[in-house]
Amino acid sequence: MSDRLELNKNLAQMLKGGVIMDVTTPEQARIAEAAGACAVMALERIPADIRAAGGVSRMSDPKMIKGIQEVVSIPVMAKCRIGHFAEAQILQAIEIDYIDESEVLSPADDKYHIDKTKFDVPFVCGAKDLGEALRRINEGASMIRTKGEPGTGDVVQAVRHMRMMQSEIRRIGSMAEDELYETAKSLAVPFELVKYVHDNKKLPVVNFAAGGVATPADAALMMQLGAEGVFVGSGIFKSGNPEKRAAAIVKAVTNFTDAKLLAELSEDLGEAMVGINEQEIALLMAERGK
Amino acid sequence: MMKIGVLALQGAFIEHEKMLASLGAESFEIRQLKDIDQPMDGLIIPGGESTVQGKLLRELGLMEPLRGLISGGLPVFGTCAGLILLAKSIDGGEAPHLAVMDITAKRNAYGRQLGSFAANGVFKGIGSVPMTFIRAPYISSTQGAEILAEVGGKAVAARQGNMLVTAFHPELTEDTSVHSYFLDMAAAARESAAV
Repeated sequence: MSDRLELNKNLAQMLKGGVIMDVTTPEQARIAEAAGACAVMALERIPADIRAAGGVSRMSDPKMIKGIQEVVSIPVMAKCRIGHFAEAQILQAIEIDYIDESEVLSPADDKYHIDKTKFDVPFVCGAKDLGEALRRINEGASMIRTKGEPGTGDVVQAVRHMRMMQSEIRRIGSMAEDELYETAKSLAVPFELVKYVHDNKKLPVVNFAAGGVATPADAALMMQLGAEGVFVGSGIFKSGNPEKRAAAIVKAVTNFTDAKLLAELSEDLGEAMVGINEQEIALLMAERGK
Repeated sequence: MMKIGVLALQGAFIEHEKMLASLGAESFEIRQLKDIDQPMDGLIIPGGESTVQGKLLRELGLMEPLRGLISGGLPVFGTCAGLILLAKSIDGGEAPHLAVMDITAKRNAYGRQLGSFAANGVFKGIGSVPMTFIRAPYISSTQGAEILAEVGGKAVAARQGNMLVTAFHPELTEDTSVHSYFLDMAAAARESAAV
């Protein structure tokens, strides 16, 4: 199993510096791949529509996911509900490349996350601080993303979560070794994980930004804040010109410090996703699953 | 000191930079055209998604200049996606990218992530090396390149002149021998150019 975990962490390493895009149809998947997505997330409804529709939101129809697997050569990810290990088993059975145990869907378990060490396929999980990230890694996640606030087009929460993680990593990095035991206790994670963060000044797995990224500038901001890549959900296919916006975000992630290039990439992208501010929403998905 | 350019458009390029640093070689990242204004003794094309890297190579105007440098003898080492980018042909009729090396690559040859695996294989001129395959390709045929390693009867490493490719990821292991092999290639190329 530890070999498998290593291989799964390795796949996340291959995705670094890339953009993972939410798609709901094979056609959108083709557009995303052509625009330079390093992976696609197959789901029936993008987060903005999940938010608008309300009700219980579940794993997508496997047939729909398979339809997307057939048309692209890049990795295909799909979401299961937090704690819903049967949905995860189904996704593993259709040989998904990565499972997102996601707060975007309605949680199936309000106490326990999936024991991801029981699976061969890799898992990515959301986190809003270092404690959540390390708890998910301890459960077997081989990749982490900020939760942000999905389906809003508002980057403020992704920024908050990334800043929080990075500042906690810096704090642990500067601690004396004998202080790490207390930190492990307060974060409710094993000492070894805290020690890894202390020694390496980073998470033991790849860390992407997600939730609210809508423009090339948003993507560049997250990369400069320490993200190793970016998930874009509703931001692309809820915008005026998905192809162009998607391609611009891909380039912004590669050259995230070149402001002149970012200016060019930000030109004429058509209408951005309208978005909603965090004060205007009733449901904070980031509060699901701690 | 050897100075190696590492293509840093997408993928696992930092792992290569760390590997090079551990062997005492200098490296710099290539993210756009102006980055290749400086001299280099070799080029590494990392793992990642070949569709993404290929598209960015084209759109950032790097494809032709890099193809010219490689054709002119610049030592190059491609791992996984790098192998696909260097191949003159890709199974399934997909358009090739840099298309400089006489090999045919089969993409996702072992299937999806569940088909990813680690193995030990014999690498000609080195011996046994640990090999990590992540949604890896293999070389389905060669039209002039020498095969340096096989796993399960499939060619997973090859060399042609100053071009070296592996379907696996030596940069993800602790073993530095394949990178040493490449640095030796680059050093030999530098010496022969100096003569």
